[in-house]
Amino acid sequence: MAGAGGGGCPAGGNDLQWCFSQVKGAIDEDVAEADIISTVEFNYSGDLLATGDKGGRVVIFQREQENKGRPHSRGEYNVYSTFQSHEPEFDYLKSLEIEEKINKIRWLPQQNAAHFLLSTNDKTIKLWKISERDKRAEGYNLKDEDGRLRDPFRITALRVPILKPMDLMVEASPRRIFANAHTYHINSISVNSDHETYLSADDLRINLWHLEITDRSFNIVDIKPVNMEELTEVITAAEFHPHQCNVFVYSSSKGTIRLCDMRSSALCDRHAKFFEEPEDPSSRSFFSEIISSISDVKFSHSGRYMMTRDYLSVKVWDLNMESRPVETHQVHEYLRSKLCSLYENDCIFDKFECCWSGSDSAIMTGSYNNFFRMFDRNTRRDVTLEASRENSKPRASLKPRKVCTGGKRKKDEISVDSLDFNKKILHTAWHPAENIIAVAATNNLYIFQDKLN
Amino acid sequence: MAGAAGPGTGPGAAGGDGDDSLYPIAVLIDELRNEDVQLRLNSIKKLSTIALALGVERTRTELLPFLTDTIYDEDEVLLALAEQLGNFTGLVGGPDFAHCLLPPLESLATVEETVVRDKAVESLRQISQEHTPVALEAHFVPLVKRLASGDWFTSRTSACGLFSVCYPRASNAVKAEIRQHFRSLCSDDTPMVRRAAASKLGEFAKVLELDSVKSEIVPLFTNLASDEQLQKAVGPKITLHDLIPAFQNLLKDCEAEVRAAAAHKVKELCENLPTEGRETIIMNQILPYVKELVSDTNQHVKSALASVIMGLSTILGKENTIEHLLPLFLAQLKDECPEVRLNIISNLDCVNEVIGIRQLSQSLLPAIVELAEDAKWRVRLAIIEYMPLLAGQLGVEFFDEKLNSLCMAWLVDHVYAIREAATNNLMKLVQKFGTEWAQNTIVPKVLVMANDPNYLHRMTTLFCINALSEACGQEITTKQMLPIVLKMAGDQVANVRFNVAKSLQKIGPILDTDALQEEVKPVLQKLGQDEDMDVKYFAQEAISAVAQRLRKLDFPVKDSEEPSGPGADKNHFLRPRGPGEDTGKAHRERAARVAPEEAVGAARFRGTDVAKGPAYQLHVHTETHLPNWKLQN
Repeated sequence: MAGAGGGGCPAGGNDLQWCFSQVKGAIDEDVAEADIISTVEFNYSGDLLATGDKGGRVVIFQREQENKGRPHSRGEYNVYSTFQSHEPEFDYLKSLEIEEKINKIRWLPQQNAAHFLLSTNDKTIKLWKISERDKRAEGYNLKDEDGRLRDPFRITALRVPILKPMDLMVEASPRRIFANAHTYHINSISVNSDHETYLSADDLRINLWHLEITDRSFNIVDIKPVNMEELTEVITAAEFHPHQCNVFVYSSSKGTIRLCDMRSSALCDRHAKFFEEPEDPSSRSFFSEIISSISDVKFSHSGRYMMTRDYLSVKVWDLNMESRPVETHQVHEYLRSKLCSLYENDCIFDKFECCWSGSDSAIMTGSYNNFFRMFDRNTRRDVTLEASRENSKPRASLKPRKVCTGGKRKKDEISVDSLDFNKKILHTAWHPAENIIAVAATNNLYIFQDKLN
Repeated sequence: MAGAAGPGTGPGAAGGDGDDSLYPIAVLIDELRNEDVQLRLNSIKKLSTIALALGVERTRTELLPFLTDTIYDEDEVLLALAEQLGNFTGLVGGPDFAHCLLPPLESLATVEETVVRDKAVESLRQISQEHTPVALEAHFVPLVKRLASGDWFTSRTSACGLFSVCYPRASNAVKAEIRQHFRSLCSDDTPMVRRAAASKLGEFAKVLELDSVKSEIVPLFTNLASDEQLQKAVGPKITLHDLIPAFQNLLKDCEAEVRAAAAHKVKELCENLPTEGRETIIMNQILPYVKELVSDTNQHVKSALASVIMGLSTILGKENTIEHLLPLFLAQLKDECPEVRLNIISNLDCVNEVIGIRQLSQSLLPAIVELAEDAKWRVRLAIIEYMPLLAGQLGVEFFDEKLNSLCMAWLVDHVYAIREAATNNLMKLVQKFGTEWAQNTIVPKVLVMANDPNYLHRMTTLFCINALSEACGQEITTKQMLPIVLKMAGDQVANVRFNVAKSLQKIGPILDTDALQEEVKPVLQKLGQDEDMDVKYFAQEAISAVAQRLRKLDFPVKDSEEPSGPGADKNHFLRPRGPGEDTGKAHRERAARVAPEEAVGAARFRGTDVAKGPAYQLHVHTETHLPNWKLQN
């Protein structure tokens, strides 16, 4: 895996200067609901970047080859393919609408010249093939090139079609549809390192699929109580270990993470490891349980650590230590006093995701007011940056932002009360080998990169 | 077929200076690019026809280059293409040109679909044999190397299957290279490639020189066998003495999956040991490990072992079997896991040959009885399916004594699927033991159930009769079964009555015309006027079937009173007929249309008699898996 084990690329985080590279999406203040980006994901090489939106579309950007004529553009990402992955549906048996919103996209390791990705909405997972075609067959026996039919009885010789070069065409075709296996909403999909299976998780169950088999999946975790009134916890995210194909983790709304080993038994209701940080009784409040709910879990590229995001913090766990995280980074601690109003406007239930840098040395996660945070794990320094169209000149450096918490507001600081809670950065992605990040801010996708020299 | 899809100009307008015989081929070629997959598939399947028409030269220079680029097509088209190309050598000009087929097959060997890749590899293996030694080294070996060092794992997995076919005919220098490539695939980063390499290890070892096997393959085998991720792919196919220790390690591996895979291979390995000294090796080096596995903690391991362990008895002979294996079998028959017990039972015949069934049956019976009464209906179902097999092995006497009562008990099981399977079981038993046995043992017991207070059991009688009548033949059916069926036509539960109609339809073909005319017809007529719509409907179905049969037997049908359309006589039993009388056609149509609606109504309004169970049951089948209705979170 690219950059695994460290040393491959610079440390990332705040010791780097980040600069603007590109912004995608409409400038209008009026944002159509369907255009809101709901997931962002680089492929294994980082040459492709996929986004999914609430309108069920998937847009794939491809990194251009380095252009010698324009030294400033270090491989910009341009649209490669756009396709409608999911359509709104109606479940007549249960009288339920099924939204087309793309919840997650996961790329498959490349297996031939084509690229494959899994996309999922609440219920149905689809495997898409994105392939290129640059040749076209020409010549028919029974009709002319312009489509006019020839007299079939005047055929004097057989013509075999000839391949002619044509403009590059990128096709997205649905290869498999994995449906009808989830009663609740799918929150995660994760491809296994064995290259042939993947898991899908909903609120109460995790299923294991073979990528070539659509009519059968195996339920590997089921936490549904016999009596739904006794339900106290739901699955919030799940992911396979990057190298060990038998290990996966899932996080819960109670702030705990369970690591399961599929070798021990077919049904993984019993975990192998249980990661939980003891609660500090002094800080207990009405909101404790809500804000401790884990919204995302990600293994580091090395496979040694995993990172979890809860409402106010992001934690790094060593897989060898279950009792507490090895690092805890505060994302927006200043919101602790605002929990009441965040509860009322439902923001407290926002599901922020988090991601690792290619070398695992830095981590990134989102916040409100189009702010996102980066933590350097080596230097222990952190920075708040903003995804904004102001100052969106190419190669313009991003200025660190500060939110003031006390009474006196310094110059350049923003008061907590003036934060815009409608502008939230939930989805971000980090290039697997380089310091290039993709940040989804509502309907815009920002791409930033480190400033060389 | 091809012509039909062509342009509108119909054949017959012969003339012009074109060659008529070219037209169908032209259509086939054009349809290689038709939008309809079915037509493309059709053309691909006739690829040899196209190639023949084009001749070897044009096939090589035009058709194959075009086909090489069709890898964008649907899987089924690609699969057909891969298959066709395997038999194409003659069509490209024979062995001297076989290498022209390599480019399209190479592309096909890298597609994402496993079945297509496998087929491409199969075809490559086929045409490798047709290469001359020179062409093999000039074209085929480079292809294998390209695949083996490809960027993506799909091509590397495909390469694994090609080593053994080109190795024996390559020169020594090339051989060394091939071995080197194989070695590197055995330690590939991708587990799927390692697995593919491991599964071809045995095949490759066979074509290698003995020295190379010892110096290269054995270390590879040992490495793969200690591979953490995918040991189970390593089937112990190489039967060298060096491998016994490796196999022992696999049998006691810490991974249950590995133990299961190894256990599965116990018999195969033992069979392949050199006959000389085989018994000693098995007794001393294998059996102790097998004994451990019998009490393994993992059920998959135990069940894998159970599926092959019986096979050891033929290898070890009677005395060893009784002394060493029988205790293991018995332990497995008592295993808590039903799958283990089933695997033992379904392989009884091999032991039977060695030690005889008497010895085995005494300990066998309790285990069978226990399974037959298992609380899980799927377990009961599985054991029922083994009954005919067991009956064949145990013989009629033993069966009557011990198992007959079980078979009858299943008929009144509370799960429909079990009752249904029990019915089929009876049929198979009758086929095995003959009609006389049926008449004496089975039929009386079945018929008694016709008077059961539970209507479900009464229906079971009907189902049994449906299944048994054919096996029992005309005499028993007419004399013993028919009267009971006819009597049940007066049952108070509608479901029984319409099943009577269905049974009469079913056994009709076995009865003679007298019985049909004198006994069946009046009863069906009566049912045809039943107050219940469903009974009426099925009675009418039966009436038309019986009528058809009577007509086939040349039973006089009064043509003058019949409408002439085919099948329009369906209802001629329905009501008394006279000149000008209603033919019943209109009535039938109404019944057919209305029946489903009224059936629903009937379901809703008919009361439930507690003493007799639900009076109404869905008429198709009792669904054992009802859809799981769940609340949305």
